[in-house]
This record gives sequence, structure tokens and C-alpha cells, in this order.
Amino acid sequence: MSLVVENLSLERANETVVDGVSSAIGQSQITAICGPNGAGKSSLLMGLAGLLEAASGKVKLGDAALGSLTPQTRAQRIGYLPQSAEIAWDVSVENIVRLGRLPYGDRGDAAVEAAIAALDLEAFRTRSASQLSGGERARVLLARVLAGEPDWILADEPLAALDLAHQLNLLNHLRGAAHGGAGVILVLHDLAQAMNYADRVLVLDGGKLAADGPPHQALSEAIIAQVWGVNARWIGDNGARALVAS
Amino acid sequence: MNRASLIFGALLLIVLPLSLLAGRVWIDPFDVAGSGSNAALILMELRLPRAALAVIIGAGLGAAGASMQGYLRNPLADPGLFGIAPMAALGAVASFWFGFSSAWALPVAALTGAALGMGMLAVIAGRTGGIALFTLAGLMIASLAGALTALAITLSPNAFAMSEIVMWLNGALTDRSWSEVWLAAPLVAVGMAVLMIAARSLDALTLGDEAARSMGINSGALLWLLIVGVGLTVGVSVAVAGIIGFVGLIVPHLVRPLTDRLPSSLILPSALAGALLVLIADCAVRILPLVTELRLGIALSLIGAPFFLWLLLKMRRGLV
Repeated sequence: MSLVVENLSLERANETVVDGVSSAIGQSQITAICGPNGAGKSSLLMGLAGLLEAASGKVKLGDAALGSLTPQTRAQRIGYLPQSAEIAWDVSVENIVRLGRLPYGDRGDAAVEAAIAALDLEAFRTRSASQLSGGERARVLLARVLAGEPDWILADEPLAALDLAHQLNLLNHLRGAAHGGAGVILVLHDLAQAMNYADRVLVLDGGKLAADGPPHQALSEAIIAQVWGVNARWIGDNGARALVAS
Repeated sequence: MNRASLIFGALLLIVLPLSLLAGRVWIDPFDVAGSGSNAALILMELRLPRAALAVIIGAGLGAAGASMQGYLRNPLADPGLFGIAPMAALGAVASFWFGFSSAWALPVAALTGAALGMGMLAVIAGRTGGIALFTLAGLMIASLAGALTALAITLSPNAFAMSEIVMWLNGALTDRSWSEVWLAAPLVAVGMAVLMIAARSLDALTLGDEAARSMGINSGALLWLLIVGVGLTVGVSVAVAGIIGFVGLIVPHLVRPLTDRLPSSLILPSALAGALLVLIADCAVRILPLVTELRLGIALSLIGAPFFLWLLLKMRRGLV
């Protein structure tokens, strides 16, 4: 099943932030959304998650318009991880993960345990939010999304504020979810991570789709120069590429 | 029912019958009939409705405080932030001002004020469901109601009316009867039921507004539940007892460490602990050896303000 965007435009504070974007995103793969600051990446992700109403165009989940689904059904299908790692109260890890079952209104013990195991949280499941490091907090919040067993995982800059080891760890978990059949869509700032981990990249520039395709095409040196205004070149082998300014 | 609910429920069951015995006239529990011909009358017509009202008001304020803190994700949030209590007070003051202060006219006027406050909140902030707009709207309504109340006091038709208004604003359960109980009980029960419906949505807000909406929470509907739930519990409390502050602020703090800290786990025990706190405070003002009975609202503010300061200091040290 695909998440289809048809000529989608989104507005925030009466400003067009996403302008006429069309694409069809498949499951069992990682799709990265890249672009300079203010390109509309987070807005597009929120539109895909059904959290921003379309000014024009539509988002479809399979054949159904996203807006026609009830909030519960949409939440059961699409798990969304916001950029903010806010946890307002000093809640235990297990209870945070269990919040992922809210769209179902059940305890979902099996799903909660599977999410805790998938992100290696067993050792500190009783620990409270204030006792978690940044990396642990990111894993816990991703586990909350996994506990909802969504068909789609949408995450807004999930690697921000994480050190390299935790970034790679989280990317591997997301790749595991994609191999398990989920559609994974990530907003990424680090183009090298998009190049090495994504199966497909959407590049936004000023709210418009500047490129859409496999990473080596969508993040070609020519596109980077055009969209980011930076002359850079890729070095290294496939799967371990790095971007250097030239 | 969680551990905190059991603890505060059990304490309430112990304190409630004991509170009936305490007052200017102490009643011998083993000899009610022999304690004098007035003992049964004092119990049935004065102490019991007063205790029932303390429990009802305290429960409503405790539940409203827990819900507000959950909604605003702020341990310093208080039901008063909605502006509904000052609007209810304004309604009551208006009834004094125009000379309608009978047993029913006063609470009905206060409830009308509360309903007006809820309506204003809904009109200003109800469509967007935004927390910032909602908080600012609440503060604006509270400020406007406060100013109009002060104006009404300044322009009181006579000294007696002014004294009556000021005394009433200070909050008390003195001389309350079963009629206030019958008025408050169903409305507070409905308000608390509405807050319980909102409880799981408040849990989702723990992870922020975007995450909550992605989990299927309708933020507009949640705001309406909060306006109705807090409006009924707080509005009724002001209507029958005047301004009783700090309960909604203090109680969730006392209860939170005994729960898993999710807002849904806090509402019922906060209601029970709120009932307990108001009941104990009302007993204390009855038995304090003062010439006139200390007003309940003043007593709770005297307890609440230092607690609030202690809380601020604790937060400054990053301990909350």
C-alpha cells in the first residue's frame, strides 16, 4: 500500500509552505525528505501524517483519502515521531511506550513488550524520563511509535541531538522496521545519512519538489549545488559515502 | 483504582465521620442522644451538609487542578487560570449588588457567571484548540472579572452590601445547608465525569501537542471537555462556597509522587485528596479559638501560598 500525495499544497500562518507536491511512497523502504532550512520538510511530513490540513490537493493512504479516516484509524496506520522529544511528566519508560497503544485503547502487552525488546529498553523499563540520556530518550520515543504497530513510521529529524553511535543505532532500528514491512519516512538534515540509509529521497526547495528518486540521483552533486547552493562532491563507496565541500 | 486512590479514599473514610464531631460544640460519638437535645440537630442540619459540601467542592477542585496541570503540562497550573472562578465570583457579587442573595439566587447568579466565562473561553479559544491562546484568554477573562468585581465593591450601594460581598469572596462553608449540597453534587459529578473522559487524551499530551494529535487525539474536542469539566467543578464550587483557592494547585503535587505520574492516574486520587484537604481545613477553621470563624478561603490561602513558594524554590533547584 502506498502513501500517495497528489498536487499537495500546505499552508501555515497563511504562507504556502508546501507547493503542489506529488509523489507515491511505498512501504518496506526508507524514504528521506531533505532540503534546506525552511524548504517545507516538516510541514510535508505533518501533511503525510494527516496533522496538517491540505490547502489544496490530497494525501491518500492506498485508495482512501487520509482526511476521510477517523483520527483513531489514521493513528493506528500512521505512527508519527515529532522532532520535539518532550516528555512533560516524569513517567516510566514502560508507561511512555504504552502510550503508543492509545489509538487502540487497549494495553497491548505483546506489542509493548515487542517494542521494548526491539529497542533494547528491557534493562531500564522502570526508569523515569528524567533519568534517561538523550539517546535513550530517542529510543524510548521511537519504541512508543513501534508499540502502535503502525504500517507507517514518520519521524521528523529523529537523529537531531544524538551522537554518532546513537544515530547509527536508531537508523539500524528504523531499517529493521522497514525490512519488517513498514513504510519509513524520515526528515533528515544529514545528506550523507540520507545517501547511505535511504532507499529513496525527496528533495524540497522552497516548498516545491526539486528531486525525487534513488539517493544517488536525488542527491547528485548537481542537485546539491542547485538546491543548497553548495559545491560539494561525494567520496567513498556505496553505503559509506561522505560529502565534502569542493 | 490505584494505590493513591486507596490511600486517600481510606483517609477520607476515617476523617469524614470524625470531622462531624469537631466544632465549637464537640459531640460525643457514643452518646449523640445524650449530648444534649441539639446534638442530633447540629449533626444532621449543620455538620453533615457542611462536610458533604467540603467533600464535593474539594473533590471537584482537586480533579480540576489535576486536569488543568495535565492539559497545560505545567505543575504550576491552577483551575483559576481559566478565568471561570473569577467570572462565577463576579456573578455572585452582581447578585449581592442587586440585592438578590437568597439561598438559590446567589448560586444561580454565580453559575451564570461561570457559564458566561466558559462561553467566552470557548468563543475566543475553542476553534483552534491552541494552548497558548487558551491560557491568554483565561488570564484576560480572569483579569476582566477581577476588575469588574473590584468596581462592584467600590460602587457598593451600602456598607452592609460591601461587607457581605467581601466576606463572601473570602470563601466559607459556614451556614451552608442541604439545598447547596443538592445543587452542587450533581453538577460536580457531571464535571468530574467529563474530566475522567478527557483523562487518556491528557496522557497523550504528555508527549506534546503534535504527538498527541498523531495518536488520534482531537485537540478541539479535548479543549471543550476541559472547559465543561473545569467550568462545572470550579463554577459550582464558587457558587456555593465563594473563592477557595490553592486546592487545585496543591493537591495534585501531594498526590503525584504516589502515582505513575500520568494525568489519568492523578484525577481520581486528586479528587479524593482535595475532598480530604477541604474537609480538614474546614474542621480547623471551626475549632480554631478565634472570636469569629476564620474564612475557609483565607485559611487555604495561608496554607497554599507558602506551599507555592516552596514549590517554586524546589523547581528552581530542578527537583520537580
